[in-house]
Amino acid sequence: MKHKGLLIDVTKCIGCRACAVACAEANNLPQEESLQLSATHYTVVQGINNDQTFVRRLCMHCNQPTCVSACLVGAFTKMDTGAVLYDENKCIGCRYCMQACPFEVPRYEWGSLAPRVQKCRMCYERVEAGGQTACADACPTGATAFGDRDELIKEARKRIDENPGQYIDHIYGLTEAGGTSVMYLSNVPFGDLGLPTNLPAEPIPDLSWRVLSQIPKYTVTAGVVLFGIHWITSRRAEVARFEAEERKRSPERNTTHTGERPRR
Amino acid sequence: MKLPRLATLSFWKCVAAVLILIGVVAAVERYSMGLGATTHLVDTFPWGIWIGIDILVGVGIAAGGFTIAATVYIFNLERFRPILRPTILTAFLGYVLVICGLMADLGRPWAIWHAMIMWNPHSVMFEVAWCVMLYTTVLALEFSPVVLERFKLHRALKAVKAATIPLVILGVVLSTLHQSSLGSLFLIIPSRMHPLWYSNIIPFLFIISCVAAGLSMTIFESFLSSRAFGREIELPLLTDLARVVAVVLALFFTVRIQDLINRDALKYAFDGSYQSWMFLLEITLGVIVPFFLLIIRKVRTSKAGLFYSSTLVLLGFVAHRVNTAVTSMERWPDRTYFPSWQELGITMGLAAAGFAAFALIARYFDVFGEKTHNEEQHAPLRAVAMK
Ligand code: SF4
Ligand code: SF4
Ligand code: SF4
Repeated sequence: MKHKGLLIDVTKCIGCRACAVACAEANNLPQEESLQLSATHYTVVQGINNDQTFVRRLCMHCNQPTCVSACLVGAFTKMDTGAVLYDENKCIGCRYCMQACPFEVPRYEWGSLAPRVQKCRMCYERVEAGGQTACADACPTGATAFGDRDELIKEARKRIDENPGQYIDHIYGLTEAGGTSVMYLSNVPFGDLGLPTNLPAEPIPDLSWRVLSQIPKYTVTAGVVLFGIHWITSRRAEVARFEAEERKRSPERNTTHTGERPRR
Repeated sequence: MKLPRLATLSFWKCVAAVLILIGVVAAVERYSMGLGATTHLVDTFPWGIWIGIDILVGVGIAAGGFTIAATVYIFNLERFRPILRPTILTAFLGYVLVICGLMADLGRPWAIWHAMIMWNPHSVMFEVAWCVMLYTTVLALEFSPVVLERFKLHRALKAVKAATIPLVILGVVLSTLHQSSLGSLFLIIPSRMHPLWYSNIIPFLFIISCVAAGLSMTIFESFLSSRAFGREIELPLLTDLARVVAVVLALFFTVRIQDLINRDALKYAFDGSYQSWMFLLEITLGVIVPFFLLIIRKVRTSKAGLFYSSTLVLLGFVAHRVNTAVTSMERWPDRTYFPSWQELGITMGLAAAGFAAFALIARYFDVFGEKTHNEEQHAPLRAVAMK
């Protein structure tokens, strides 16, 4: 299946929260308003500039997700639909994924004795079955549009080109952190929306891999060097001991060693 | 002379007992009420002092283990052998404490074994987990001769001794990997860390600083043991270690400042923010002051001088790790963190348990290698210490 995505057009959002309501229903979460993502809020609608502008927050479903690379037991997986899913049966609860996600998306069930990491699932089952996400379904204005990621990029480009001056000339998520499945169009600076603007364009997992990939080389080299040093120094110590004994010329002591002069 | 020593000893025993007790209460709360109710961790601040101190510092102070083992076995500097065993024990206990701290911090501690069968080599945390498992095993084996001697298991003893060199080499490789990987954990968080601490050379900074901290821990621990067990202190050896600490501190300082200059981040050190003060505190008290103390001959060769400088190095080390893991993520006013009493309780309780375990093991096993050398002379002294 082609990677799907969501295009969120901030200029079209009226802040009705239909997406949040639909999401809670689709995922059996309590219907309560919140301004911050949480273990029971996979998406929230935030008002910016005295509610002049509204922006949805949710998992970005990165192309090369930091969470997938960060989790030591592989509890996160990038699925064929583009969705990034979490498997509680693998998770050990180290919360490195939460620390690592550049968009600060994964949330924790802090109150639970068997806590899980929770976040938007890009409605995996619905999309897999050929449908679209519950939030895109519910959006009355088309501020959240669902589709193939490639098509959404074309659509976004078209909107920017056909409405000069209405948008900032940038598709947020096209290259951020190596590209994401959820992308934003906006007329206010992306930083004002609370989206991080200091992300590298390269995939973030590369930052660790650059170091991790050196481990085999390092291990072999260090092993050889250490063994070599040991070999040289112990040879030296042996020679020194032997010479000291030679000087003393005490025959009983010499027999404790092989009695030969050590070879080089 | 004997009375005051016994009095102070029992004072410290009481402190340790109280701290351990608080730790136990905190642990019971942690496991019965969950992380949310007992810690000040939140979604935007998922790591606190259990990572910053228990894990990062616990592993760091264990660095003496690989340093001294390499000195004695790889570089064949035999005269450091008297401090080898206690240092290995400190390292081993450090790692045991790390695992205990991890059990408190993990949300699903019963699943910890997943790390063995579910592999993701792209995760730094995966490297960390494997280093913990393997190096704890290596340390246990490196220390095992002490236990095997005690129970006169000569065959096993011979087998372990035959494997010493490969074990030590494996230990050095694993330990350096582990120290650096704890720094590498933070490589993936460029956008959230304060520029005074985020750097792409953070794995190297972690290795350099852990050598200073590990050796300082050896000095620190030698002094405590000498007081607790009435042992003579190996002053010339410790003075030599102190020289190395001074060199390593200088190296750390140079690399750290150069890195800040290269990234044009030095300016943040003087901008008056909370982070800048923490940075200055860390680098002044933990690096600059002990460096200048240790290059003074009088300080380096006196018991008190060594003790206070090594304490400073250790505190500076704790500050560097806590600043990396906690301070650098804080943003006033909406993102701050101060540990709950349970978090502090478990951390302090574990530290106290570490010292208590060292004292107990040193009492029942030949940790200082005295029996093997000169049993008779030290026997009366040890008898006094045991009372
Ligand atoms: S936004 Fe965060 S949680 Fe979502 S896929 Fe990307 S890294 Fe993972
Ligand atoms: S908390 Fe769970 S999902 Fe997140 S990195 Fe740790 S083990 Fe993986
Ligand atoms: S994609 Fe599905 S899970 Fe994600 S915010 Fe929309 S409705 Fe919720």
